Amino acid sequence: MIEKPSPFKSRPALWAGIIAGGAALATALVMALYANISERKAEARQISFKVVDLDERSIEPALWAKNFPRQFDAFQRTAELTFTKYAGAGPNPKPISKLEEDPRLVTIFSGYAFAIDYNRRRGHAHMLTDQRVTGRVTKVKQTGSCLHCHASNVLAFREVGLKRGAPGSLDESLTSTHGQAQLLEGLEGISKMPYDEANKLVDHAVACLDCHDPKNMALRVTKPAFISGIAALASGDAPVPHLPSIEKWRMGDRSRPYDPNQEASRQEMRSMACGQCHVEYYCGPKATLFFPWNKGLKVEQIEAYYDQYKFSDGHRFFDWKHPKTGAEVLKAQHPEFETWSQSLHARSGVSCADCHMPYIREGAIKVSDHHVRSPLLNISRSCQTCHRFPEEQLKATVLGIQDRHHALMERAEEALVQLISAVEKARKSGLDEAALAEVFEFQRKAQWRVDFINAENSMGFHAPQEAARVLGESIDYSRQGHVALNNLHQLASRSPIPSSPSTSAPSGTSASLSRVPSR
Amino acid sequence: MRTAVSTQRAAGLLIVLASLLVGAFVGTGGFTFAAAKGASYLSDDPAACVNCHIMRDHYDGWRQGSHHAHATCNDCHLPQENVLHKFYVKASNGYRHSKAFTLQNFAEPIRIVPSNSKVLEGNCLRCHAEMTDAITAHGTLGVAMTPAGSVDLHGCVRCHVDVGHGPRR
Repeated sequence: MIEKPSPFKSRPALWAGIIAGGAALATALVMALYANISERKAEARQISFKVVDLDERSIEPALWAKNFPRQFDAFQRTAELTFTKYAGAGPNPKPISKLEEDPRLVTIFSGYAFAIDYNRRRGHAHMLTDQRVTGRVTKVKQTGSCLHCHASNVLAFREVGLKRGAPGSLDESLTSTHGQAQLLEGLEGISKMPYDEANKLVDHAVACLDCHDPKNMALRVTKPAFISGIAALASGDAPVPHLPSIEKWRMGDRSRPYDPNQEASRQEMRSMACGQCHVEYYCGPKATLFFPWNKGLKVEQIEAYYDQYKFSDGHRFFDWKHPKTGAEVLKAQHPEFETWSQSLHARSGVSCADCHMPYIREGAIKVSDHHVRSPLLNISRSCQTCHRFPEEQLKATVLGIQDRHHALMERAEEALVQLISAVEKARKSGLDEAALAEVFEFQRKAQWRVDFINAENSMGFHAPQEAARVLGESIDYSRQGHVALNNLHQLASRSPIPSSPSTSAPSGTSASLSRVPSR
Repeated sequence: MRTAVSTQRAAGLLIVLASLLVGAFVGTGGFTFAAAKGASYLSDDPAACVNCHIMRDHYDGWRQGSHHAHATCNDCHLPQENVLHKFYVKASNGYRHSKAFTLQNFAEPIRIVPSNSKVLEGNCLRCHAEMTDAITAHGTLGVAMTPAGSVDLHGCVRCHVDVGHGPRR
């Protein structure tokens, strides 16, 4: 027994044991892999399970959560206190005050509710609760118009509409003729109610029903002023190349008004759903809430519409009369949709949701992230899908745009505040409103432009070049106002016969700027 | 002697058990392979690339891209000069993809790795070399976009970004 036997022959039991154990382990692993593959396949096959029936009365998001738990989980996270360098309300439960951050705004909004209380914005989940406590509604009388965008109000609008005699019932789809009639009638009704009364009709911040059809989850728009506003935009002639369905509708017979719920593509709806609220509008007591889009979406097109708009008493449109100067000025809301419309991103077909609700993958399921927030907090999914550059580089690019924009905006605000102070001084020195009419126009124009950009949430990023253009115009109008005022002073100080060539109102040359009275 | 006989019987039983278990492994393994459409990965059919859903956007994009009529996934993403190299790249990508998708531990958006970028560039030139000779004389790839060299897209597709996967939006 000197020759070595083969190992298997000498200890067959050991080897058979090893093979058996190995095969058992390998089988277990294969079964685990199979389970994993089956799970992924199942995820891909069915992305939602219908647990409850949803209809046009299903306002409660927790109900929708039973069918769409992934979207709901993210949706709830909008309550988190997220913030970036320029946006979001900061890490504390008490939001950062824009008025404390930038005291110029107190002068600019003097005499208007925004001078009382104006904070940086928090996430969607806070929209209703934050509005209920702001000094703008507790210290000033407001109408129910505020709720057009600060609450989930589809149901409230329709119920009020039905009470006011609109046809049909709640069983009909919102996008049906009757549904639309109820919605528009409801807007009339709620806009006339005092804020506190209208407030009792709503319980939720923006909810699923506001953007989704309960029957098939398709995107839809439900805010009546958007539906009227976008139809007015379509029937005008301002070019809107970033909204191809409008251009297409214009080429048709125009027998029916443009209806985004029928005409717009899904990609357009991914912006329009947001554009229902993130826009400029009039929500004061002197007219029913409307979007001023008849002449287009640019700052001067909206201004032109306001300038020719007459209230029912025949007076030209204005938001309030500035008490320091006497000028009838405009207040911008938050024109994100309008600003985005002027951007290269919009022109390239990039929607709001592409950056603010980018797709996320969970297993084999792709869902859009309902935790709506700044793309700066989610660069890999928001930006890198198209821009294949390192995250740090992209972030630096955005912050570079925002920093430059912020510096220019501060200059524009400074110029306006200087104009307001100079006019205030001129009023005290005896110049009356009639004499200052031309200067008031400059204040109105300058103020409208800088506010349009300040109220817009992106610190210039949504359309950097457009934002800079608007701020440049604002500075120019403030300085033109100075020049006009200066000419008035010269006229007043001279003999009754003004003859000097310098009184022929130059438009903001550097020579005339040097004579601007200092604050 | 009694112990030797019982040892032998135990060994015999173990061998039967081992055979059964090996059989079970082959059976379940084969079943899993079939269920996961394993054989499809040996083909050139683009549909195989969307078996696992990660590539759905890329596949949908390709269907709208200008190369749709002329090149499939493998025409661009696998080396074509010989079968051995082709299957080596296919196997190494397959291993990495299946590991990533099973463990769900990869970063998104997914990016082409430098070695695959070279393969891709080679395939651009495989068809378009004559026309691009003057441009590519000094090389096309090579400028790393990150200091670590982990992203490298300075090839043809840096500019011709939508020929393969269609317009971005």
